[in-house]
Amino acid sequence: MKGTVLGIEGTAWNLSAAIVNEKDVIAEATDIYSPATGGIHPREAAQHHAKYASTVIRKVLEEAKEKGISPSDIDAVAFSRGPGLGACLRTVATAARMLAITYEVPLVGVNHCLAHIEVGRWKTPARDPVTLYVSGANSQVLAYRMGRYRVFGETLDIGLGNAFDKFARSTGLTHPGGPKIEQLAKKSTNYIPLPYVVKGMDLSFSGLSTAATEALKRNTLEDVCYSLQETAFAMIVEVTERALAHTGKSEVLLAGGVGANMRLREMLDIMCSDRGVSFHVPEKRFMGDNGAMIAYLGLLMYEAGDVLSIENSHVNPNFRPDDVDVTWLE
Amino acid sequence: MSHGWSEPDDFKSHGGGIMELTNGAEASVRVENGLVLKERIPKRYRLPELDERIRKERTRAESRIISEARRLGVPTPIIHDVENSIIRMQYIPGTALKHVINEELSERLGELVGLLHTGGIIHGDLTTSNIIYYNDRLYMIDFGLAFMSPAVEARGVDVHVLFQTFESTHRDHESLAKAFCRGYRRSFSGADEVLERVTEIEKRGRYA
Repeated sequence: MKGTVLGIEGTAWNLSAAIVNEKDVIAEATDIYSPATGGIHPREAAQHHAKYASTVIRKVLEEAKEKGISPSDIDAVAFSRGPGLGACLRTVATAARMLAITYEVPLVGVNHCLAHIEVGRWKTPARDPVTLYVSGANSQVLAYRMGRYRVFGETLDIGLGNAFDKFARSTGLTHPGGPKIEQLAKKSTNYIPLPYVVKGMDLSFSGLSTAATEALKRNTLEDVCYSLQETAFAMIVEVTERALAHTGKSEVLLAGGVGANMRLREMLDIMCSDRGVSFHVPEKRFMGDNGAMIAYLGLLMYEAGDVLSIENSHVNPNFRPDDVDVTWLE
Repeated sequence: MSHGWSEPDDFKSHGGGIMELTNGAEASVRVENGLVLKERIPKRYRLPELDERIRKERTRAESRIISEARRLGVPTPIIHDVENSIIRMQYIPGTALKHVINEELSERLGELVGLLHTGGIIHGDLTTSNIIYYNDRLYMIDFGLAFMSPAVEARGVDVHVLFQTFESTHRDHESLAKAFCRGYRRSFSGADEVLERVTEIEKRGRYA
């Protein structure tokens, strides 16, 4: 239980490498791809990762060295295997394979969604939570049950962050749209009815995004941003509450970049206190995509002996969290 | 989902003929003088106007569709009265399907869902907690998220939601799903197209 693991994240916009041991993050280095116009272009994002991978890895190794950890102390190399943009995943996997071969250590393929959950369990008091994971591309409610993290509810089309970004782009706001929508929403208290689409445990956001764009023809941008947030967040909080009722668990963990939104946190906090369950939010650096979470789940998997041979280390752009046999718990 | 009836252990007797069933995520359900009172609870996390709209809409839609389902031959509680966000209806004792499900019952459930879909009803929250096994019949309760639609997509999502509960709560989920499909095909002529869509829904949208 004394492993040190280097992990690399690069599923979409954020290229990030970190070195962790079981106590803490030893070093982390990050380089963000930000598109000049429009949203994330998959090929450009992959080219960005290819261009900066060596810099980011060199930086993280230098930072670790200052803290007395040298490359020979690294026990395994982890990478995010998916879900994500195929070209980005392949770029990062190539870098990880190269490092594993160079240092002659095992390679660990990490599920990106589960890394969000595990870093939250590491950095907050949450032990067996219902996790609400909301980011650009993912919107899922997960909980552990019988050897797997089960998906109790999820989006049937696009992720919540994606819906916000799409709406933002249609009004000329730059990427990422979420933080701008949050600021504009603060200037309104005028709710415009928008479609509220919860189907059992599942959600749909693409129609909401279109309806919000339509609503701009008759309403102010502030009012639409406010209404969009209120509607979308109420939907995911409702599904989170349903998962709590269904599983009987007593903790909620928030994960993913959209978790930075203060209104979403407030709504979850109200729901949790009304139900008498605890609510946990990791520090901001562990909320959005980060290398530390990949290194940390990599460490757990390495210690459980859950490693990959180079030949079997292909990436999986549609890697589902509920396809992973959880080897590192109990 | 536990905003409907649940297993008998969840009943709390209060005397005077009032019995509280589970307080689920969405509604409080209690038995008063032999009738079930289902009341949608306000949610403080939602804006009051949005909250009221959702509760009222769902209450009205639910009572209308419960009656419609009975007419299609699907056992459901008889509605006595509806006001704002409260429905008073027949109490059905029994056990939630999730505690007794097997292939035979799953096949019968498939037939009932086929009847619903033939009549254009989408249940919207098909889980094994929302079906009661009583007197050797399956009663569908909790039409809280139900709506009318002839769309293959809506029907597909309905079945997908059910298969997800199979998967998340029952070990032998594959054989249960197969049995469900047998019953579903028997009572609903459009079954094949819907089941194809279910496979597609499972594959789609995970990372758009």
